[in-house]
Formats: sequence, structure tokens, C-alpha cells
Amino acid sequence: MPHRRCHQRAAYAQVWHRAVGWYWGGVDFQLTLRVDGEARSLTVDTRTTLLDTLRDRLSVTSPKKGCDHGQCGACTVLLDGRRVLSCLTLAVAHDGAEVTTAGGLASADGELHPLQRAFLDHDGFQCGYCTPGQICSAAGMLAEAAAGHPSAVTAAADDGPDSQGGPDGTVALSDDEIRERMSGNLCRCGAYVNIVAAIREVSAK
Amino acid sequence: MSRTDDGGSAHATQPSEPLKPLDIRSVGTSPQRLDGPGKVTGTARYAWEHPLAAPLYVHPLQAAVARGRVVVMDTGQAEALDGVLAVLTPYNAPRLADTGDAELAVLQSEEVAFRGQFIGAVVAETAEVARHAAQLVAVEYEQLPHDTELSTGRSDLYRPEVVNPTYPTDTEDGDAEAAFAAAPVTVDVTYSTPMEHNNPMEPHTCVAVWEVPEAPGSQPRLTLYDSTQGAHQVRKTLAPLFELPPESVRVVSPHVGGGFGSKGMPHAHDVLAVMAAKVSGGRPAKLALTRQQMFSLAGHRTPTVQRLRLGADSSGRLTALCHDVIEQTSRIKEFAEQTGVASRMMYAAENRSTSHRLAALDIPVPSWMRAPGEAPGMFAAEAAMDELALACGIDPVELRVRNEPGTDPESGRPWSGRHLVQCLRTGAERFGWDRRTGPGTRREGDWLIGMGVASSTYPAYAFPGSVAEIERRADGGGGPGGYAVRIGAADLGTGTWTALTQIAADALDCPLGEVHLEIGDTDLPSGTVAGGSSGINSWGSTVVAAARAFREEHGAAPAPGARTRASMPSDPALRNYAAHSFGAQFAEVRVHTGTGEVRVPRMLGVFSTGRIINPRTARSQFIGGMVMGMSMALFEESVFDHGTGHVVNHDFAQYHVPTCADVLDIDAVWLDEPDLHANPMGAKGIGEIGIVGSPAAVVNAVHNATGIRVRDLPVTPDKLLRS
Repeated sequence: MPHRRCHQRAAYAQVWHRAVGWYWGGVDFQLTLRVDGEARSLTVDTRTTLLDTLRDRLSVTSPKKGCDHGQCGACTVLLDGRRVLSCLTLAVAHDGAEVTTAGGLASADGELHPLQRAFLDHDGFQCGYCTPGQICSAAGMLAEAAAGHPSAVTAAADDGPDSQGGPDGTVALSDDEIRERMSGNLCRCGAYVNIVAAIREVSAK
Repeated sequence: MSRTDDGGSAHATQPSEPLKPLDIRSVGTSPQRLDGPGKVTGTARYAWEHPLAAPLYVHPLQAAVARGRVVVMDTGQAEALDGVLAVLTPYNAPRLADTGDAELAVLQSEEVAFRGQFIGAVVAETAEVARHAAQLVAVEYEQLPHDTELSTGRSDLYRPEVVNPTYPTDTEDGDAEAAFAAAPVTVDVTYSTPMEHNNPMEPHTCVAVWEVPEAPGSQPRLTLYDSTQGAHQVRKTLAPLFELPPESVRVVSPHVGGGFGSKGMPHAHDVLAVMAAKVSGGRPAKLALTRQQMFSLAGHRTPTVQRLRLGADSSGRLTALCHDVIEQTSRIKEFAEQTGVASRMMYAAENRSTSHRLAALDIPVPSWMRAPGEAPGMFAAEAAMDELALACGIDPVELRVRNEPGTDPESGRPWSGRHLVQCLRTGAERFGWDRRTGPGTRREGDWLIGMGVASSTYPAYAFPGSVAEIERRADGGGGPGGYAVRIGAADLGTGTWTALTQIAADALDCPLGEVHLEIGDTDLPSGTVAGGSSGINSWGSTVVAAARAFREEHGAAPAPGARTRASMPSDPALRNYAAHSFGAQFAEVRVHTGTGEVRVPRMLGVFSTGRIINPRTARSQFIGGMVMGMSMALFEESVFDHGTGHVVNHDFAQYHVPTCADVLDIDAVWLDEPDLHANPMGAKGIGEIGIVGSPAAVVNAVHNATGIRVRDLPVTPDKLLRS
């Protein structure tokens, strides 16, 4: 059997690891976040994502970790009202920010947000792991459309009668618009038709 | 899926007479998911999320070679880092009492059997420090040549003893070779399917707590918060490795973020988490695989190469059906997928043969992925049927109708309920099948449009070993207050919390709100694994038996505290029948002539799966399976680099699953026909059949749109553009 010892690889690895150790070491930083309406002050490692801050430091486990790389959307929260991927957001960069999770969308007395009620009614989930991210994403998306933000499928204003832009500067949410704007949130259980139905119902109100 | 026999004590005896049908009131209605409010707010607790004081974080180390051995692990820098508690290696890891299952023999030797295998782990105060320290461990290997490539030309393909779980490896009925040679119309085609990964949204997670009571001689206690399809199965598997009696191990798993088979049995990370807990001084050790790590450590669907030979007379009646499968397994642990098994019972071909051959390779361990066997096997068989329909000049729906068997071709037994023809006819009518034209003839602008159909089937499994307990609860004032229903069942999105509550309410003849279901915990009576679409059949039958025994023992007005247990009843009468689910699946596709892009504007599934317990959640399971089948047809492929021995597209940016924009109009309906031979509920399980027929329906539709027959999944644009 031919053998090959990887001396050279190991030597490179040593140099690399020393560089990484120097470069990637964390520094503590004190910050305050307002999470679901409550001020929370804590010290975080500068490397800590907003997602891990919420889940592991503040025990706010409504946002989920599905990929930790911004590819699945399960960690979506509203940061100062806009949807963000909390796994790609460093907590240290958002001292003083307002964070709303799906848990915070429901009122303090437990009354569910209209999107949450619609997801229940249309069975817009199965395992539920992507669901808080879907709901935060939907809430952020409805606000974006209301503010007139176009998407990749929004027809330009000069496209004539097919234009989907509303007269009041909003974007009307067709099913194609909802699908396009919700495509950053993966659902492996495949509940998409029910998710679209739930969001359509809320957006029509 | 595996037939578990995880028995518990049962106080009621097992009846031998045929089981009495359940009188239904709640079953068949559509209450919202009882676990729904917790899921839409994110407060339902998954494995990582149980509140535990002072946890430690585990970051695994993985082999960077595909075969060889670790010769040096320099952990000095990692151990010197502030906040690092321990670095586990093959040299210092706890010894396991049983290394018979090589997948679970974690850190028991320096040998590396596949790239990505665990070779160590860092245990640290924070996740950031654990990950940082893991990068500081320098590893030196003695690398050996590896062999990871499945091909039909290999001389070392072998015949496994059985295929998953216990089916014969090969079958021969009549003389299939001779019948094929003599047939006036033949199709002889080879299909291939790629390696695929389950990729549930919740990564595989295990939080382990190893507590050693201070009293001398007392037994350690292990608690696992685990992301699993079967808590009792995890306990049964892991307890002996750590020389613990099962009662010293508790597994808690009330909510599971999807599994699709990959959480059907404990994997190596569970063992690693327990090892980390053992060195954590009683503190919880938290381990969640990263998405990338899941591609080598949580199972995968084997790639397959399938040769289909169909022989028919000129009217399309099958005379010969040969289905020969080649697939892979890992060198350290055999998993033989039952890919060709459905061809043994699907159609009335007098002469049939099936075979399975395996290559044992230096790869991660393959395992269950939604409808293992049926999904890839029926893809190939149903695409070949589409080719036969063309060869005979017969409509694909009609071809299947002409080959409908009156009894099970394999066993000769009558069907407990087979309504495939009705599914096909109903689906054709609803889908507008009569508007389908010949291959490559329908065009709208730059888009070619086509329709396809395929049959689906799945066995009606029920696995013995579950036990349920019913207890009359007390309300706050000491009076009666509903019923506790306890069984170690699992809900991985399958709707168990809701459907099992409905079954219990009907079995106890009480309102839904009076049932307080408890599942997902080994402190409850034993539950079999949520696999093989067997959950509701197995647990439901058990709950019905327990409720009946409870009423018999305690009457209609039991006192608080009254309690009865029963195990899953066996039903000897069922042995006289062949019990399977069936379905007809239709797809319409649009193929762009310039880019080769495939869109799926419409899919419809019509299913015959016995009684539907909860139409709302059932439809979700059906269409979810169909989405995954469409994904199998068009998107999913784990690209294995044979030079390095790993899956290079190991994340969601590169391993494509459908997004919201990929899924348009998908619907599922079902025939209303309880199968009372199957169990008292008349149900047959619905978790997997949705994925079975949809890949072939899509691929057949692509052929109808373009005239191009793609026999190698997934149907990516390059395969259409180069044809």
C-alpha cells in the first residue's frame, strides 16, 4: 500500500492556525439590545452573531439556526423594523437596536399577529423550524411592499398595463410577488403553497 | 425502515380477533395543529432550546482525508485557549463498551474510514471559543488510497443478505429473461439517481447531561435533549455503548425540526455529545452539527443505477418486468436500499425479476431518506412505463390501467384496498389529461409545455413495540379533568400532536379538549420510531387499544388517577391481505427552449391511503412530499468529489432545494375509503407516498414537453440543452 505522510500540509496548517488564532480571537463588548420590547444589556464576544446572542445568551430561541450562513432564512428577525438574517449580523454592530422576533410579534397577552393566525389557519408549516423566520420575513416583506420597494418580478412603472406598482406608491402583492419576496426562507417540509395562501390573505386585508 | 421491538410492560393482553373499527367523530375533521401556536411564535422547544444552566459548547473535528489514520493530533494551542475545557481525540476519548456499530464507534481508533468522520471535539465555555479552538488543532495523517466511485463496471459489486429492512435481495417469478426475449414490445433502459441529502431545516442536535450522583456506588444518569424521530430508539441504541441500564437514560424530544429519515436512528454526533458530557463535570454539553457537517454525518440517499427491462404484448400488457439495481454503501456499515422492491408488487406482469448489488466504498454511511427504496425505484420504473406507453402507442394512464393486478403479484394475497385505477381516472379528469398532446408539440412562445403521469405506492407498515397509557386526570378541585394519553411517539412536522389527540378523543369518546397528549420522552411508555410512514398506524392502534382497555377496566366515569396501559395489538387477520397505499401523480411542466429551465406550474396527487385522520395536516404532508419529489426530479444532487472524497456542494447555496418561487400550484386529494383491514382507524400512513410518484411524473412531463428523455436525475438545463 502506498503511504503518504502529510508533513508539508501539517506545517502549513501550523502557520495558518497561528495566524487564525491571532486574527480571530474575540474581544468582549458591552451592549444593550431591545428584544421584543424589553431592554437587555449584556457583554458579548465580538465574534458573536445576533442569532447566537439571542438564542444562547438571552434565551430568546424564537429565531432558529438552520445553516448559520444566510442561506436558509430560519434566523430572520426584524432589526429596527427591517428583516435581517441574524446569523449574518454581528451583535456588536447593533448596540441600541430594536429586535423583534416572531415571539415578539404576538402581543404580551398572547394574542397572535394576523400572520401567525393565517399560518395556523392555512397550515403554513409542518415541522415549524423555519416558521418564526418565515413569519418575520413576511412581516418585513409586507412593509417593504407597502413602502413601494420593487422586487425582481415587479414590473417597472413604464411597462404599461401590466405594471404592478399601485397608484399610491405601494406594490400590489400578486402570488408571484409573494413567492419572489419569500424565496430567502427555505421550508424543507414544502409548505410553500400554504405559506403563500396565508400571506395572500393577510396582505389582502 | 427498521422494524423495532422496543417493548415495554403491558398490562392488557393482546387480542387475537380482528380489531373493531374506531367510531369516529374528531377523526376526519381538521382542527388546527395543537402545537401550532408554539411554532408560529417560536416558543415550541427544539433540542437546542431547553433551558439548562451553565451549558458547554461542543465543536467537532473532522477527518480531512478520505481514508487513512491519524498519526499526530497537536491539541496544545487549543487547550491553552481561555475557555477551553477539553479536547477529545482518539487518544483520550472515553472507551465505548460496544463498537459493533462502526458508525457509532466514535473516537475508538485512529482509523479514518471516510472524509468528514469525527476525529475529535472541543468542549468550551462558548460556541465561539469552541470553534476557534477547533481550528487550532493540528492533525497529521497517514493517508491511504481511497475508493469512492460507484460504477456498473466494478468487479467487487456484492449481493447483500437482505435489503432494508428485511426484504429478499433478489426475486424471480416465472422466467423473466425468456419472457423479455420473446416479448413483441420491449423497453431496455438504464436510469440513474444521484446521492441526495435529507437536509431537515433543524440541524441534527444533541444536548447531553451526564450526572453522577454523589452517593457512593450510585448509577450515573444521562439525559439527552435530542432531535430524533424515535426517543426510545435512541435510548435503546446508546445506553449499552456507555454501559448504562436503559432506565438511567432519558431522551427528551417533544418537537423535531424535520427528519425525513435522517433522524430515524442515532448518528455519531449523539455519541460524541455524550462523550463531551462525560468530561463536562455534570454541565450540559451542547452539540449541533453545522449544515456542512450534516453532509457527512447524518446519512444520505444512495446513488442508484437501475436497469429496467419491460416486455409487453402489442396491447401493452406486461409479460416481463426486470428491475436490476446497483447502489453504494459505506465500507464500515452496510445500508442496502430496497430500491427495486416496489416492482415486485406494482403491476400484473407474470414474469418478474429484481436484484440489488452494492459497492462498499470509503464514503459516509448512507441511510434512510424519505421513501428509501420506493422514491428512486419507482422513479425509474414509472419513467420506464412512460417509455413503454410510447413504444406501444398507448396512453400512459391506460397502460397502467391495463396492468392492474387483481391480487398482489408477489404474495398472491388480496389487496386490503387498492384503488390505483380510481386514482388514475380521478386524477386524469381533474388535471385535464385529455388536453395532453404528443411529445414536443405544444409550444407557447419560448416555452414547451408537457404533461406527465406516474403511479406511486408505499407499504402500510405498522411496527410492534409501542405502549400507551391512559390516565384520568384530576382538575384543580380534585374532580375529574380530562385524560392524559402517554406514548413515546414523535412529531417531526407530521402532525402527531394533533392526529393522535384526535384518535385518542374518539377512542375515549370524549371531546378533543379533554385529551392531554404527552409524546417525545422516554419517561413515557415506549413508542416506535416515526419511520416508514408507520407512526399513526402503530401509535394510533396502540392508543385505541389502551383507551378500550381503560374503559373496560374503569368504565365511563372513572375516578381521577384511574390508569391503564396497553401495547400495540397484533392483528392476525391483516396477514391475509397485502396492505399498501397507492396514488396517481400528475405534473405539467414548461421548458424554456433557450435556457433549458424547467418550471412546474401544476402538480396534482390523487391518493388512496385509507382514512385521513386530519385533512388539514394530511394535505400538507402530501404536497410536502410532492415538493420534495419535484425537487428530486429537478434540483437535488450531492456532488461527490472523488479526488478528495467529500460532497463539495455541502450547503444550501449549492445543494438546491425548492424555494417559494419554485412551487406554484400543487394540490393533493384523496379517495375517501377507510382501509379497515389495516387497523381500527382504517389509516395507512401518508408521510412518504407523496415523494414516490412525483419525480417520474415531472420527468415524464419533461419528455412530453420536449421529446427528450432524461434518464439521469436531476433534470438540469444542461441535459436538455445538449440533447
